Amino acid sequence: MYENPDGVMIGLEVHVQLNKLKTKVFCGCSTDYHNDPPNSHVCPVCLGLPGSLPVINRKAVEAAIKIGLALNCKVEEHTQFYRKNYYYPDLPKGFQITQYDFPISSGGYITIEGEDGELKVGITRAHMEEDPGRLVHEGTIDKSKYTLIDYNRSGMALIEIVSDPDMRSPKEARRYLDKLRNIVEYLDIFDGDLEGALRVDANISIMGGQRAEIKNISSHKGAERALLFEIVRQKNVLRRGGVVVQETRHFDEAREITISMRSKEEAHDYRYFPEPDLVPLKISGWAPAIKATLPELPDARRMRFVEQYGITDDHAKALTSELKLAIFYEDVAKKADPKMAAVWVCDVLKGELNYRDLTVDAFKKENMQKIIELLASKKITEDGAVDIIRTLLDKGGSPDEIVKEKGLLKVEGDIVATAAEEAIKENQQAVADFRAGKEKALNSLVGAVMKKTKGRADARTAREMLLEKLG
Amino acid sequence: MATINELRERIHADSSEEIVAEYLEKIEKSKLNAFITVSKESALLQAREIDSKGHEGPLAGIPIAIKDNISTKGIQTTCASKILTGYVPPYDAHVIEKLKAAGAIIIGKTNMDEFAMGSSTETSFYGPTLNPWDTKRVPGGSSGGSAAAVAGGEAPVSLGSDTGGSVRCPASFCGVVGLKPTYGVISRYGLISYANSLEQIGPFGSCVRDVATIFDVIAGHDPRDSTSVNREANYSSALKNDVKGMKIGIPQEYFGEGTDKNVERSVRDAINTLEGLGATTIDIKMPNTKYALSAYYVIAMSEASSNLARFDGMRYGLRTEDSDWHTTFSQVRAAGFGDEVKRRILLGTYALSAGYHDKYYLKALKIRTLIKQDFERAFADVDVLIAPTMPYPAFKIGEKIDDPISLFLSDVDTVPVNLAGVPSISVPCGFTNGLPIGMQIIGKHFDEASILRAAFAFEENTDFHTRQPEGS
Repeated sequence: MYENPDGVMIGLEVHVQLNKLKTKVFCGCSTDYHNDPPNSHVCPVCLGLPGSLPVINRKAVEAAIKIGLALNCKVEEHTQFYRKNYYYPDLPKGFQITQYDFPISSGGYITIEGEDGELKVGITRAHMEEDPGRLVHEGTIDKSKYTLIDYNRSGMALIEIVSDPDMRSPKEARRYLDKLRNIVEYLDIFDGDLEGALRVDANISIMGGQRAEIKNISSHKGAERALLFEIVRQKNVLRRGGVVVQETRHFDEAREITISMRSKEEAHDYRYFPEPDLVPLKISGWAPAIKATLPELPDARRMRFVEQYGITDDHAKALTSELKLAIFYEDVAKKADPKMAAVWVCDVLKGELNYRDLTVDAFKKENMQKIIELLASKKITEDGAVDIIRTLLDKGGSPDEIVKEKGLLKVEGDIVATAAEEAIKENQQAVADFRAGKEKALNSLVGAVMKKTKGRADARTAREMLLEKLG
Repeated sequence: MATINELRERIHADSSEEIVAEYLEKIEKSKLNAFITVSKESALLQAREIDSKGHEGPLAGIPIAIKDNISTKGIQTTCASKILTGYVPPYDAHVIEKLKAAGAIIIGKTNMDEFAMGSSTETSFYGPTLNPWDTKRVPGGSSGGSAAAVAGGEAPVSLGSDTGGSVRCPASFCGVVGLKPTYGVISRYGLISYANSLEQIGPFGSCVRDVATIFDVIAGHDPRDSTSVNREANYSSALKNDVKGMKIGIPQEYFGEGTDKNVERSVRDAINTLEGLGATTIDIKMPNTKYALSAYYVIAMSEASSNLARFDGMRYGLRTEDSDWHTTFSQVRAAGFGDEVKRRILLGTYALSAGYHDKYYLKALKIRTLIKQDFERAFADVDVLIAPTMPYPAFKIGEKIDDPISLFLSDVDTVPVNLAGVPSISVPCGFTNGLPIGMQIIGKHFDEASILRAAFAFEENTDFHTRQPEGS
C-alpha cells in the first residue's frame, strides 16, 4: 500500500494534436507543414480573416470519438462547440473554438502501473478544440524584443484530455503520459515524434492545499521534473509556515524550475458561449461504427503477445509500450523464433537504439530476422550478434557482409580444440592453479582460447573443451 | 432608376462598358456619400471583358453595389470602420463569387453604419450617407449606402446585410425594395460578422423582380457556411400577379404606440389593396413582441463582442505604434473603433460575463424561443404577415444619434424577424411629406415564394415603386 506521505494529488490536462489527419479541424489547410516555411499553410479560415467561417472536419470528429472510446469514455449523442474568449497574439480570432458543455466524450479511465500495483486514473473528459498559432521569440520570452507568429499550426485539431486528480507521484504522472501517448499512437491519428504533438498542463497540490497549474510542459520527462520541483517548492512553502496559493506557473524546461506567471494572474473570464457559426453536431450512431474499426489497443496486444508467442509478460509489456516496436516485433517474429526475437528486440536492440536516440525505424526487420537465424543455427556467437547490431546502426551494411568482413562466423570445433591444447601448454601455472581447486583459473584459460581464435570461439564451447582436456 | 431588364436591352444594344461608365459618372458627381470605395478600374475592365465575351450569364454586364462588410478580393473592405481602413481581402465572399459567375460587375463598396451597428448610417467612419429623397435626412441603416445608391440611381441593384433590419429599414426610408431571406438561405461566407446567429445578406432593387433575380443568383448551399441550408428554389418563378386566397395576418403589436399615423394608414391601405385583389386578412396576436428588442440587443451585442475581438492590428488593418502586445491591442482598438461599436462591445462583454451570463444572455435566448413560437403560431393560420417596416419615415441626420436608446427603439418592427429567422421583404407602399413609407411582408421559414408573390402583386397594382427622388 502506497502511503503518499506528502498527500500529493496530480491531475493532468493533455493536448494531443491530431497531426496524422490530412487537414486542419475547421479548414482544408494541409497539416503537413513541419518542413515548410512559416505561414505557408494558411487560409482565410485559420488566419481568422474577417468574414471567414469554420466548418467541422468530419475525420477530426471521428478521431475524437476513437480517443473517447479508447479511454473508456461515454461518447455523447450531441456535441457542441463553444467560443473561449481571450486575447493573445497567437489567437487570430480573439477566441478559441473549443468545447464546454456537451464535450464529445467524458467519464472514462485508463490503467497504469501505480506506486503499489495497478492504478485506475479517471478521465474527466476528452474534448475537441483548435490549436492556436506558434509564437517564436528571439532568445527567451522575457528578453526577446519582438515576437514572430507562425500560423501554420493555427487550426490544427487538438484533443484535450483532462484527467481526474488521481495520480500521487510524478512517476505515476509520467506513466500516465506514457500510457496515454501509447494509446493515441495505436489509434493511428497522432505522431508523437513531431514538434508540439503533445503538450501538458499539470495541476498539483500537496497536503490538501491549493493547487498550482503548471503550463508549458512539452515532454514526459519535463512533466516528471516539473512535478518533482513543484513538490519540493510547495513543501518548502509549508515548512516556512506559508500557504500555497492557487496560481498558474510556467515550466522553464532549461532550468527545470517552475516560475509564477504573476502578470497573467488576473482571473480570466473566458465568457464561453455556443459558437454561432457551427450548428450542434449530432453524432448519435457514430460511436458503434467507429468502435468496430478500433484497432487492438496496448493492453490487449500485450496479453495476446504472451499467449501467442509464449514470451514473458515483461517482454510483452516492453514490446507493446510503443506501437512501432510492437509492429516491428511481430514482423520479425513472423520469420524468426518469437522467443529469441523478444529477447533480442527488447533486451539488446532497444537499448542500442535508446543509446543512440534512434527509433526502431532505424533498423530493418529483415536484418533482425537474419541475425536471429544466424544465432539459432549457431553460426555466430551472442557477442557477434551484438557486434552486428551495433555495426548496422553505426555504419550500415548487411549482416552477411559484416559477418564476412569481421570474420564473425563461429569457428569449427577442431580449431577450438587446437587452441585449447595450446592454451593448456602455454599456461601451466593456470592449469596448476585450477587443479589445486581454484575454479577461477579456468577463466584465464578461456580467455586465452578466445584470444587465439580472435573471439570467434563460443565461450561456452571453449570452456567445455578445456574441462574435457583437463579432466 | 433602370431595371435589370431595361439594362439588359441597353447592354445588348450598346455595351456594358457604357452602362458601367454612366453609373460611375453618376457616383462621381453624387453628394449622397453612398460609396466608401468605387472600384472604377476593375469595373470597367470587367465590363470590357464581358462585352468581348458576349454577355453570358443572368446578370451579364449589370453593375451592382456591395455593402462594405462583404469581402471582395482586391477591393478594400472596411465595414465603415477606421480599424479596417486599407484592408484589401485576399478572397471573395460566396455571394461575390456567385455574382461574378453570373456576369455582374462590382462597381463599388457602399457606406454603412460601422460594423452594421446602427439604423441610420451615421456611425460610419466615412461620414453619413444622405437620403436621396431629402438630403437632410438619414437613408436608414445599417445598409444605408446600398439603399441610397439604388434610390439615387447610382446602382441598379445592390447587396446589404440584415441583422436586425439593416436591409429593410433603409429600403423603407429610401423607397426601394429590400429582402431579408430566411436564415441559412444565403451563405454568410465572406460576410463580416456582426451577430452571426441573426444576420443574412439581402438584395436591394427598384422593383420586386430585380430583387428576385439577384436572390436567385446568390441563394443556395455553400459547404463553407455550416448554417447554410441545401434546398433548390427558383424565386423569380414565384412572381405571379395573383394573391387570390392568400391569408394575410395583421400583427396588432406592430401597429402600436410610437407608430406614425401616416405610416399606419399607408400600410393598412396597402393591406386593403391586397384584399381587393382576393387576399383575406385576419388580426393576429404576437404577445412576446414587446420583449424582442431587449433580447435582440443582448444577443447581437454578445455575439459582436466576440466577433470583433479579431480586430487587434496584428495581421491587417489599423496599426498604432508598437508596444507590448497588451498595450498595442488596446491602442489599436481604442483608436480604430467608433463610439457605437465600443458601446456594443462593452455591453456584450458584460452580458456574457460570469455572474451575468444567465441573467442576460441565457434569458435572451429563452425569449428568442418564445418569439419563434409567436411566429409558428401565427403561421399556423396565415400565409404571410404584413406590418410597417419602420414605425416612422426617415428622420433627420443628427436627430437621434446622441440618443442611442431612441435609435435602438426604431428597430422594434424589424428585429423579431431576425430572432425568428423568417424571411421578410420591405416594399414601398406610400409617402408622407415627400418621404417614402415601407411595409414588410413576412413569411414562413423558406417561404420566400409567398412574400415575393404578395410583394409583386402589390407592385403590379400600385405605382409607389415607380416614383423617384429628384435628380436620380
